[in-house]
Amino acid sequence: MTTLTFGKALNAGLRRALAADEKVVLMGEDIGSLGGVFRVTDGLKAEFGAHRVVDTPLSEAGIMGTAVGLAYRGFRPVVEIQFDGFIYPAFDQIVAQVAKLHYRSRGNVRMPITIRVPFGGGIGAAEHHSESPEAYFAHTAGLRVVACSNPADAYVMIQQAIASDDPVLFFEPKRRYHVKGEVDESASLADAKPMGVASVVTPGTDVTLVTYGALVQTARDAAIAAAEDGVSVEVIDLRSLAPVDYATVEASVRRTGRLVITHEAGQQGGVGAELAASVTERCFEFLEAAPVRVTGHDIPYPPAKLERHHLPDLDRILDGVDRVLGRPNSLSGVEA
Amino acid sequence: MTPSDRDATGLLTRPDHFVQLVTPTGERRADPEFDRWVADVDADALSRLYRDMSIVRRLDTEATALQRQGELGLWPPLAGQEAAQIGSARALRDDDFVFTSYREHAVAWCRGVGPAELLTVWRGSAASGWNPAEHGIAVPQIIIGAQALHATGWAMGAAWEGSDAASVAYFGDGATSEGDVNEALVFAASFDAPVVFFCQNNQWAISEPVGLQSKQPLARRADGFGMPGVRVDGNDVLAVLAATRIALDRARRGEGPTLIEAVTYRLGPHTTADDPKRYRTDDELAEWRTRDPITRLLALLTSMGVDADALEREVAEEAGRAAAELRAAVTTIPDPEPMTVFDHVYAEPNSHLARQRDHYARYLAMFDDADAAASGAEGGAR
Repeated sequence: MTTLTFGKALNAGLRRALAADEKVVLMGEDIGSLGGVFRVTDGLKAEFGAHRVVDTPLSEAGIMGTAVGLAYRGFRPVVEIQFDGFIYPAFDQIVAQVAKLHYRSRGNVRMPITIRVPFGGGIGAAEHHSESPEAYFAHTAGLRVVACSNPADAYVMIQQAIASDDPVLFFEPKRRYHVKGEVDESASLADAKPMGVASVVTPGTDVTLVTYGALVQTARDAAIAAAEDGVSVEVIDLRSLAPVDYATVEASVRRTGRLVITHEAGQQGGVGAELAASVTERCFEFLEAAPVRVTGHDIPYPPAKLERHHLPDLDRILDGVDRVLGRPNSLSGVEA
Repeated sequence: MTPSDRDATGLLTRPDHFVQLVTPTGERRADPEFDRWVADVDADALSRLYRDMSIVRRLDTEATALQRQGELGLWPPLAGQEAAQIGSARALRDDDFVFTSYREHAVAWCRGVGPAELLTVWRGSAASGWNPAEHGIAVPQIIIGAQALHATGWAMGAAWEGSDAASVAYFGDGATSEGDVNEALVFAASFDAPVVFFCQNNQWAISEPVGLQSKQPLARRADGFGMPGVRVDGNDVLAVLAATRIALDRARRGEGPTLIEAVTYRLGPHTTADDPKRYRTDDELAEWRTRDPITRLLALLTSMGVDADALEREVAEEAGRAAAELRAAVTTIPDPEPMTVFDHVYAEPNSHLARQRDHYARYLAMFDDADAAASGAEGGAR
């Protein structure tokens, strides 16, 4: 075991993927000599060369479209989108090409492209630097969407994403890049938990609390706080947003009868909406209360000094837990 | 076959120049710089190009008829653009790779795509008709200009692998306004990617004239991206062949991309769903008919002493047979099985889609059960 920051764990995972398969190429803006604005690719260009770690012109559509061409030729491109809010120029290439080419070519052309996206807020950044666009991609057939929450998962999941023959949107919670954790760099990828499987990170019996990315830590803290109040919260790190590991979520909800979902992204049409609907369809008779969503507001990401009024935090999550339990809460007496 | 003894770059820095080796009336016009690139193209080779162009025009006509008869859902005719497509595609090697739009049936023909493969997607029977790896041509692209980036990425990869293969991006005048095409030009120039940007300026993007896309000849844009641009008569198969050979030669020698503007004309509608009478005049169409790529080549062959009547007759017969094959092929394209709607969305197993697929199979099975019950009742009655 090695103690690594989240960012260094990703760096180690990328290094191992580059070393394992010469068809793996990293592409992005400032990922070479600078090592990326978050230093996730630090040192990789020096180690593998400019044809493996490629600084590109400032064009997200260009990066994504050339990655498609490289995939056509048998490469496994790993694309870095510098910030979540910069992904939209590449949206057409992702949705119309990356997601559909395997289908369009009847399986003859594979798109094993990993799209790394630092996402989410909490770092006091400028506009377009704190967004959570994952639902757009979870809605798109042909893509896999994952979000990692800790260094150990980051190290393994980035390698699994690169090894996947399907395109993967790989969301990295940027406010956790400096969090440290134990990483087993000697472990075999073959023995690792598949990236499509969710993790129960805090066991509990009263409420199932589902989240992903940066909020996993917040949810675990909330579970500790709830326990002090006599409420046992089970926290599930979803890890894969498309497809969702419903087996794990359902098994938990069948035991607890109560579901709270929290994410930074807005509520409308979000990952939580799909989760609430699907869990309700699948285990309605086990539910003691309607699922509760604790999400960002349906607003553009606000200025830095307002973001704490947008992002779900420990207290808002606990308020959601109170709601699902029918305990006094912010909406008591208010008709939903 | 392609002379590489001189640096080709100088030949391609004349974007205002309109390269024409065969005039609309079939006269061979000498060009001291371009001629040597087609010095090997003798009467036999020209006859083969004539054959290619005549056959694809006949196939195109047949496909339009098949659409009118309800056998195809849609067809985007290529009529008028045969020289641009055949002249460029016949310059390619097997290990080159082509990324096209949706109108490049003649390019597909040159890459060995068969009639059923060509029609599959237009019949709506499957998402595509051929395996790109088999023919060195991507499945057709409908998003305007998106494939220019794919060709660039492919070429970057080829260069990184040390191959001297090149890619060609085919797109139209309308696509030059798209971000993707401009971004492709930037990437290709920056990485010296061995890619040829082959723009068929057919004057119309559905109803929009090329003047709405650009205030200057499209080839002149190349200079701004730092690559040579050349403007050729796209209805002159020999000029197109020469320009493409020059561009491919540059690419193979690591000198990077080239932008070719082939000035041509779409004689037919944008697709079988379009009515060009609403936006262009009969006079314009008549004017462009005088610049037809096929008749001028036949006139040239005549002037070279070839028995044009015999060639015309022979090729017409062959084209007729190809058209009959195309017509026969359309009915051989199998209708897809309902459950194949779920196939190939992902390369790997996907739990979400597997469940959806299972539910739909159960839904469809209800009808089988109903049929079985109905036939069972009949059986009981017997």
